[in-house]
Amino acid sequence: MHTRVRARDSEFTLLFQIIAYSMILILSLICIIPFLLILSGSFSSNESIVRDGYHLFPTDFSLEGYKMVFKFPTQVLKAYGVTVFTTVVGTALGLFFITMAGFVLQRKDFKYRNAFSFFIYFTTLFGGGLVPWYIMLANYFNLTDTYTVLIFPGLMTPFLIILMKNFIRSAVPDELIESAKIDGANDFRIYFSVVLKLAMPGIATVGLFLALGYWNDWFTSSLFINNPDMYQLQFYLYNTMNTITFIDQMAIGTGVTLSQDVPTESTKMAMAIVVTGPILFLYPFVQRYFVKGLTIGAVKG
Amino acid sequence: MLKELNKNKIMFLMLLPTLIFFLINSYFPMVGIYYAFTRYDFEGGLFGSPFVGLENFKFLWQSGMLLKLTTNTVGYNLAFIILGNGLAIFCAILLSEIRGKVFKKITQSVMFLPYFISFVLLSVIAYNMFNYESGFVNTVLKRFEAGPIDIYNTPWIWVFLIIIFFLWKNLGYSMVIYLAAITGISDEYYEAARIDGANIFQRIWYITVPMLKPTFVILLLFSLGSIMKGQFDLFYQLIGNNGVLYNATDIIDTYVYRSLKVTFDIGMATAAGLYQSLFGFILIMTVNYIIRKVNEDYALF
Repeated sequence: MHTRVRARDSEFTLLFQIIAYSMILILSLICIIPFLLILSGSFSSNESIVRDGYHLFPTDFSLEGYKMVFKFPTQVLKAYGVTVFTTVVGTALGLFFITMAGFVLQRKDFKYRNAFSFFIYFTTLFGGGLVPWYIMLANYFNLTDTYTVLIFPGLMTPFLIILMKNFIRSAVPDELIESAKIDGANDFRIYFSVVLKLAMPGIATVGLFLALGYWNDWFTSSLFINNPDMYQLQFYLYNTMNTITFIDQMAIGTGVTLSQDVPTESTKMAMAIVVTGPILFLYPFVQRYFVKGLTIGAVKG
Repeated sequence: MLKELNKNKIMFLMLLPTLIFFLINSYFPMVGIYYAFTRYDFEGGLFGSPFVGLENFKFLWQSGMLLKLTTNTVGYNLAFIILGNGLAIFCAILLSEIRGKVFKKITQSVMFLPYFISFVLLSVIAYNMFNYESGFVNTVLKRFEAGPIDIYNTPWIWVFLIIIFFLWKNLGYSMVIYLAAITGISDEYYEAARIDGANIFQRIWYITVPMLKPTFVILLLFSLGSIMKGQFDLFYQLIGNNGVLYNATDIIDTYVYRSLKVTFDIGMATAAGLYQSLFGFILIMTVNYIIRKVNEDYALF
């Protein structure tokens, strides 16, 4: 009786394994094919794209897209510079504030922590909206075309603060803090020498979230930056995508074909790869920490 | 209260930067809600613009804009939440039961990749696949004599495309969270079920799925908090300024953004934003109340 049941179970299990493997395989392919399309497009000659369309493998291998991008490298380099700066400074500063806040908010002996937690959390429930925020930063604080406006809004989010709070609570036992206090250390000392070391996985995770946010930001540039030398990377890509199309459409209107001089399609793809390249390159090394941190945070949260 | 804070001076000081951040970034702009009730005059600024009461709201309502935007925003978000979580749970369960460790690691990394890229790159992918002349989809269709489709001028297709792109981008992330929850389920339950003769499908249905309920509810409440905000980046990067598609794809966020950047209609944009915040707030309060009645542990507060 038991063997019959077990046999049927292993049939079902086999069926299930087949379904599982194939579904996951299909979904993984769906996840990666768009990238391959862009990669292939970047290495194709513009003519082959215009003539045959985008393919998974270049029908006519060519580096002209990249040549076009690197013909005028200063803009791209400036965008890289701006983005690297905002990412590094923003992430460091943000982590500093978030870790302190997370440490304080999980301290059971901090009397008003619930009130302050609510103060922070309420901002996710209700807000003034985009327009008043924009007018405040652009007009009242005069932050157009500054690094401040690129860094400030992304410093922290309630989600990251709660995440950090949970990390610290599970990584730093209350007894440790108490004994440090008995030894005479003040709260900041405890934070600096104890908490920062113990909560390192959580700090890495939150740091990665922050960095990713800064690196992929295009929105802040679109609203507050008019100086092309200060465009963030993604906004620069966005601009390029739309400008080339604009020039191309203008050219069609006047009857002049620029496709000989401005390899639009392949340039767009090459530009996309140049801008995204570092992320794709760092990804294999970095995603491990992301997943691990998210996993721990999800269980504890 | 001040005495309490003074006792914990250092902790309060450590929390202060965070409090100041939210004060400036989230609470100050709330003052600007006043714009919603004015016909904004650039000369007069905040207090010099003529007060027009509910006129902006009346216009938004009578033009049908408010209803259309709300329908789109809520509709898309419901699709995102239901399909997104459903697919994530499905994939997490599949992945958790797969035996091959290497396969698991590689596919999980691959599926997490789309979360990393910027939305600008997403728009490049969309362009690469769907543009009329050379898009990958049209290239393949042409091969089968099915003729190219002008996707960028066909509104209804974008309803599906936007949802698909959302799923594509977020599957890896949600899946990781559910996977973490699944690994937290004690093996004893499964062993007991196996002894009782349950096959794998039954084990999943009667053990795994119910135990994921708390995770689902928490994620649900988080998503509902931003149900009126929607995924601005996603929509704006895919649709941009393509007016043909607005009817099917415009959400409150994109409308407000365009009103700010393109038409400079501050009063109207703020009114729409206020409506968004208010509606969202009432919505989440209501849902939280309902959930609290059903099962107090699940509610957010």
